[in-house]
Amino acid sequence: MTRAPLTDVERIKAQSRHLRGTLVNSLDNPLTGALAEDDIQLSKFHGFYQQDDRDLRSERKRQRLEPAYSFMIRARIPAGVCSPAQWLNIDRLAGQYANGTIRLTTRQAIQLHGVIKRDLKQTIAGINASMMDTLAACGDVNRNVMAPPLPGLSSVHRLVQTDAERLSAHLTPATRAYHEIWLDGERLDQDEVEPIYGDTYLPRKFKTAFVVPPQNDVDVFTQDLGFIAIVEGGSLIGYNVTVGGGMGMSHGETETYPRLGSVLGFCERDQFIAVAEAVVTTQRDYGDRTNRKRARLKYTIDNRGLDWFRGEVESRGGIRLQAERLFMFVGNGDAYGWRETDDGLWHYTLFVQNGRVADQESRKVLSGIREIAKVHDGEFRLTPNQNLIISEVQRESRASIDELLGKYGIGNEEQGTPLRLHSLACVALPTCGLAMAESERYLPSLVTKLDSELEAAGLADEAITIRMTGCPNGCARPYVSEIGLVGKGPGLYNLYLGAAFAGDRLGCLFLENANETSIVAELGGLFRRFAAEHKPDEHFGDFLVRARVVRHVHEGRDFHGGSVDARA
Amino acid sequence: MNTRAAGSVLPPIQDDRLQRISAEVADMTSAQLQWVSGYIAGLGAGRSSAAPQPVDSRALTILYGSQTGNGEGIAGALAKKATDSGFPTVLQNLASYRPANLKRESVVVLVVSTHGEGDPPDDAELFCEFLMSARAPKLAGLSYAVLALGDRAYVNFCQTGRELDARLQELGARRLMPIVECDLDYDEAAASWRNEIVGQLPEWLDLTPVVPHLRAVESRTKYGKENPFAAEVLSNQKITGRHSTKDVRHIELSLEGSGLTYEPGDAVAVVGSNPPQLVAQFLDLIGAAADESLQLDDDIVTLRDALTNCLEITAPNPSFLRAWFDVCGSPELGALLEDGRQEALIGFLQEQQVVDVVRRYPADIDPQRFVSMLRKLSPRSYSIASSPGANPDEVHLTVAALRYQAFGSEHWGAVSTHIADRVGEGESLAIYIEPNSRFRLPADDTTDIIMIGPGTGVAPFRAFVEERAERGATGRNWLFFGDRNSSSDFLYQLEWQRHLASGALHRLDVAFSRDQDEKIYVQDRIRENSAELYRWLEGGAVTYVCGDARHMAGDVNDALADVLVQHAGLDRDAAEARLAALRREGRYRRDVY
Ligand code: SRM
Ligand SMILES: Cc1cc2nc3c(=O)[nH]c(=O)nc-3n(C[C@H](O)[C@H](O)[C@H](O)COP(=O)(O)OP(=O)(O)OC[C@H]3O[C@@H](n4cnc5c(N)ncnc54)[C@H](O)[C@@H]3O)c2cc1C
Ligand SMILES: Cc1cc2nc3c(=O)[nH]c(=O)nc-3n(C[C@H](O)[C@H](O)[C@H](O)COP(=O)(O)O)c2cc1C
Ligand code: SF4
Repeated sequence: MTRAPLTDVERIKAQSRHLRGTLVNSLDNPLTGALAEDDIQLSKFHGFYQQDDRDLRSERKRQRLEPAYSFMIRARIPAGVCSPAQWLNIDRLAGQYANGTIRLTTRQAIQLHGVIKRDLKQTIAGINASMMDTLAACGDVNRNVMAPPLPGLSSVHRLVQTDAERLSAHLTPATRAYHEIWLDGERLDQDEVEPIYGDTYLPRKFKTAFVVPPQNDVDVFTQDLGFIAIVEGGSLIGYNVTVGGGMGMSHGETETYPRLGSVLGFCERDQFIAVAEAVVTTQRDYGDRTNRKRARLKYTIDNRGLDWFRGEVESRGGIRLQAERLFMFVGNGDAYGWRETDDGLWHYTLFVQNGRVADQESRKVLSGIREIAKVHDGEFRLTPNQNLIISEVQRESRASIDELLGKYGIGNEEQGTPLRLHSLACVALPTCGLAMAESERYLPSLVTKLDSELEAAGLADEAITIRMTGCPNGCARPYVSEIGLVGKGPGLYNLYLGAAFAGDRLGCLFLENANETSIVAELGGLFRRFAAEHKPDEHFGDFLVRARVVRHVHEGRDFHGGSVDARA
Repeated sequence: MNTRAAGSVLPPIQDDRLQRISAEVADMTSAQLQWVSGYIAGLGAGRSSAAPQPVDSRALTILYGSQTGNGEGIAGALAKKATDSGFPTVLQNLASYRPANLKRESVVVLVVSTHGEGDPPDDAELFCEFLMSARAPKLAGLSYAVLALGDRAYVNFCQTGRELDARLQELGARRLMPIVECDLDYDEAAASWRNEIVGQLPEWLDLTPVVPHLRAVESRTKYGKENPFAAEVLSNQKITGRHSTKDVRHIELSLEGSGLTYEPGDAVAVVGSNPPQLVAQFLDLIGAAADESLQLDDDIVTLRDALTNCLEITAPNPSFLRAWFDVCGSPELGALLEDGRQEALIGFLQEQQVVDVVRRYPADIDPQRFVSMLRKLSPRSYSIASSPGANPDEVHLTVAALRYQAFGSEHWGAVSTHIADRVGEGESLAIYIEPNSRFRLPADDTTDIIMIGPGTGVAPFRAFVEERAERGATGRNWLFFGDRNSSSDFLYQLEWQRHLASGALHRLDVAFSRDQDEKIYVQDRIRENSAELYRWLEGGAVTYVCGDARHMAGDVNDALADVLVQHAGLDRDAAEARLAALRREGRYRRDVY
C-alpha cells in the first residue's frame, strides 16, 4: 500500500523554521492587504486569521480591488481570567485598530475583528503589553485551555484554574518566532527545538478543558482532552480524563462527524501534566497528517481503539490510570446575575448576546464593561458560553456595579427569555471565511420568533439550549445543544434535535436544508407536543429522544445513521 | 473645407486629376492623410531635386498647428472664406510643411495653440524647433500674421504663438497685424480676425480676387471634433471602494463601426453636459423660466437647453469674469481683474465655479445677457487606459467624478459627472480621439520604462502595460502609483497584481498618502528607490509622468532631479539641465493636466 502524501500544511510547517515562514515579508508587502499563501497558515499559530469582508466580496471584484482583507486576532486567556486593566487594554486596541467591538468566544478567549495588516504588529504588541498573548490561540497546537469560571467552591476554582494555567504554559510552543516578529525580540532560531511538538507541531488543532461537576459549562465532552475534577470532602483529589471529543464535520462527508470524548480513566492531580503530554505526543505521532478532515484526535482514537490509546498514554506518561470516578452533570449553560461563593465574594454573570461586546441603542455593553473595568478591583472571567462574569466583588461594591449595569442598559437578564439566555451563535458572516449561512447576525431574531411559539405553547419559562453555527465546523458546539442549527446555504439550516441539556448526548439530524418558516413551524409543533406530553423536570432534548421524534445517537460514528427516517 | 491635406485653390494640375486625388483620399483618417501628404511631398521632393518646391508667391499660405482641433477649425474657416472670396489659398498643417519653404513664401498666416506646459502642439513641434534654432533662415521677404490659441487658466498663456510671433520678426519678417490671442472662447475673436484678414488680402497679395472656378472636395475623417462618434458605454464601473473619498470610474466604450483607431498614450475627448442640479440652481439664481427661449448663435434654444448642453457653466474664465464685473460692479472682483494679478486670477479660476462667482457677487441679469457671457461647453480629455490590441474595438477610460463641497454647497464637474452619473451602460457618449504623439511607448521593445502615475494619472500606464505584454516587449516596466488609501483607492489593484505575477509588470511601488500619519507621495518612493531608478535611467529607460499638473508634476520633477544629484554627482542646475536634455531626447515624457 502506498502512503498518501502529506497535506500541504505539513510542508508549510516543516519549512517554516518554527513558524517564521516569510511572515515578515508578508507584513511588509504594501501591494496587498493579504499575506503570502503559506503565511496564511502560519499566522494562525501566532493567533490571527486572514479574513475578508464577505459582504463586500463581489462588489470589490467588480471594482478591480482585492477583497477587503483584514485579520481576526485571538487573545489566549487560559481559564478565561482577565484583569480589569487587561480588559481596558483590549478595549482600547479594539477601538484603535479593530472594528470597535470585542468578541467573547466559546473558548473563554477574546477576538478582535477587522484589524488591517499594517496594524497587526501594533495590535499584537499591544495585547502583549498587558501580559496577554496570542501565541497558539489558533493553529495545530494546544489552544486556549478552558476551566469553569464559577464553581461553587472558590478554593477548588483556584486550584483548577491554576492547573489549567500550568497546563497551558506547559503546552505552549517554545519557538521564539513570536517574540522576534511581534515584540522585536532577538533572532534566536539557531538550534531551537520544540520539545513537545517537534518541527511539524500537531496534525491538527487540539483543545483542552477542565471542568468541575455538576455544571458542564465548558462542554468537556466536545474537547480533545478533558479533565473532570473529582472533589472529595471539599478537596480536589484528581481528574477523570476524557479524550477524543470534537464537533467539526463536513456536510455530506459521513466519514467526518462530531464525537463526544470518551472517559479514559482517573488520574491523580499531580499526574495530569504527564497525562496531557502523553495524549498530545500520541496524537502528534499517530494523528493523520495526510487528510486534515480526519486528523483530529477523535479519528485517531476511533481508528486505533480506546484501549490501544490508553496503553500508549500510560507508557508514554509512565503512569497507570485508575478506574473512572463517579460524576454527574446537570447542564451546560451559565447561571446569570449575582452569586456568592464560599469566600464571601460576589460574582455577576452578565449575558452578552453571542459574545459580541458592542454598543447598541439601548444596550451599551462595550461602554458599560469599560466603565465597570475602571472601578472594579476584582477580576473578569469569560465563560465558555460567550458571557462575562464580573468576579470577586466585595459585598459593599455590588451596588455601584448594579448602578453601572443599569446606566448602560445591561445586566437585565431577567428580561431575557430562558431560550435567549441559553443561546449561542458562532461568528459566521461577514468575517468567517467558512460560513455558509448567517449565525451571529441572525440567531437573535430567530429566537424572538421561537419565543412566541414557546409562549403560545405555555413554555415561556422553559430553559432549552439553542445553538447556531454558520457551517458544520460547529464552533458554538451545536451538536450538543437541544436545538442545533447548522448552516448549509444562505437562509438554510440543518436542524439537529435530541441532544442532552448537560451536553453529554449528541443531537440527531431532524430537518435538512430548512428555511426559517419550516424551522419555526416544525419547532412550534414540537413545543406544543412537549408541553402536552413531557414528564416532570424532563428536558426538551430528552423528551424528543424518549418520544422517538429523533433517534438516540450513542456515539460519533452513529451520528449520520438513520437521520431523517427517525422522524416520528 | 476642413482638411489637413495640402490643397491649393489654384493648383498646378488639371481639375479632373485633382478631383480624382480628392476622391481617393475622401474617407481617409487624418493620420492617414498626414502620412499621404508627407508621402506625396517626398515624391515631389525626389522628382525636383534641383528645383525648389513650387510656391505660389501670390497666394495666401495658412499654416496651422493644432492638437485638439480648435486651431485646425479656425484655419480651415479662414481658408474657406479666403477661397470663397476668390483668393488663391494654400492650407497646410505644420507637420507636413517644410520650414525651409518659408523663405519663398510671401504672405503666411499662422494659427497655433499651446499645450503641455507652454509647449507647441505635437504637429508643430518640429517646425518650432527648426524656427527657434540657429539654422532658421533670414525671412526678409515674408509677411505674416499669427493667431494664437490658449487658455488663460495656464501660466504660459499662448506661449507658442507668442514665441513664433516674436521669432519671425526677429528673423526679419514683416508683421502684418498684431498677434491675436484667443482664450477658450475664441469664436468671436477668430471671426473678426478672419474678416480683417480677408479684407486686407487684396493689399497684402497685391491682387484682385477672382471668383474661384474650383472648390476643393470636402474631405474629412468620418469622426472627429466636428463630428463626434456616439460610442456605446459597455461598462461604467466605480473602481474606488465603498469608503473611498473619491468616485473613480472605469469606463469601457465600444468603437465598433467607427473606424476610429488609437495608440496607447492618446486621449479621448468627451462631449458632455452640465449637471441638472446645477442648471436648476442657475435657473433659480437668474430667476428665469426653464423654457424661456433665447438666441444662441444662429439658433433659438430654451434656457434650460442652453445651460445644460451648450454653455460652460462650471469652469469660469477671465472674459466671463470681466463681463460679470460689468454687471455686478464689485470692487473686489474688479481688483482681481487688474493687470499684474495673473497668479491670483489663475488661483481664483481653479477654485471657483461660475455659480460661486454669481453667488458671491450678485447682480440682476436677464437670461439672454447672461447666456451671452458664457463660453461654449468644451469637450474634456481623458487619457486612454486600454491597449487596442488587447481590447479590439474598445477604448477604456479612467474618470474621476469631480464632486466636492465648497462655499457651503455641493459642486460638480460638468463632463466627469456626465460620464459617471448621466450615461448608463448601453447609452452612448459623444467622443473623438485626440492623438498624442509625445506620449508614446518606445518603438524599441527592449527599452525599459518607468511610469509615474498617481491617481487617474495611472490610466495611460494601464494601456502601456497591456500593450507591452501584447507585443511581447522584453523591456522592463516599473510603475509608481499613489493615491489616498490603499484599501479603497488602489486603482486597478487586481490587474497590477496579475501583471506582477505574470511578469508583465516588473516593479510596482506605491504611496498611499492617508494610510499613515505622515503623508507619503510617489516622489518619496522615487527618492527611496533612487539608486535603482538611476540604474534604470543609465540603462536607457524612458520615464513617463501622467496626472496632476498643479503639484505632482513639479514634485516628481524635483525628486528626479534629486536622483541625479545623488547618483550622477551633478549639482542642482546640472541635474535640471540633464532632465531638460532627457525631455528633448524623448526619454522623459509628461502628460499632465
Ligand atoms: C470564535 C469562535 C466561535 C465563537 O462564536 O465563539 C470560533 C470561530 C472560528 N472557528 Fe471555530 N471557533 C470557536 C470555537 C470552536 C469550537 C468550540 C470549542 O472549541 O469548544 C469548535 C468545535 C470543537 C472542535 O474543535 O471540534 C470549533 C471548530 C472549528 C472548526 C472545525 C474543526 C474540526 O475539527 O473540524 C474550524 C475549521 C477548521 O479547523 O478547519 C473552526 C474555525 C474557526 C474560524 C477560525 C474560521 C477559519 O478557520 O477561518 C472561525 C473564525 C470566525 C471569526 O470570524 O471570528 N472552528 N471552533 C470560537 C473561538 C474559540 C477560541 O477562543 O479559541
Ligand atoms: C490630456 C488630459 C488628460 C486627462 N486625463 C484624465 C483622465 O485620465 N482621467 C480624469 O479623470 N481626468 C483627466 N483629465 C482631466 C479632465 O479632462 C477634466 O478636466 C476633469 O474630468 C474635470 O472636468 P469636469 O468637466 O468634470 O469639471 P469642470 O466642469 O471643468 O469643473 C472644473 C472646475 O471646478 C472647479 N474646481 C474646484 N476644485 C477643483 C478640483 N479639486 N479639481 C478640479 N476642479 C476644481 C474649478 O473651477 C474648475 O475650473 C485629463 C485632462 C487632460 C488635459
Ligand atoms: C493638456 C493641455 C495643456 C495646455 N496647456 C496650455 C498652456 O500651457 N498654455 C495655454 O495658453 N493653453 C494651454 N492649453 C489650452 C489649449 O491651448 C487650448 O485648449 C486650445 O484651444 C487648443 O487648441 P487646439 O485644439 O488647436 O490644440 C492646454 C490644453 C491642454 C489640453
Ligand atoms: S461554525 Fe463555521 S461559520 Fe461559524 S465561526 Fe465556525 S467556521 Fe465560521
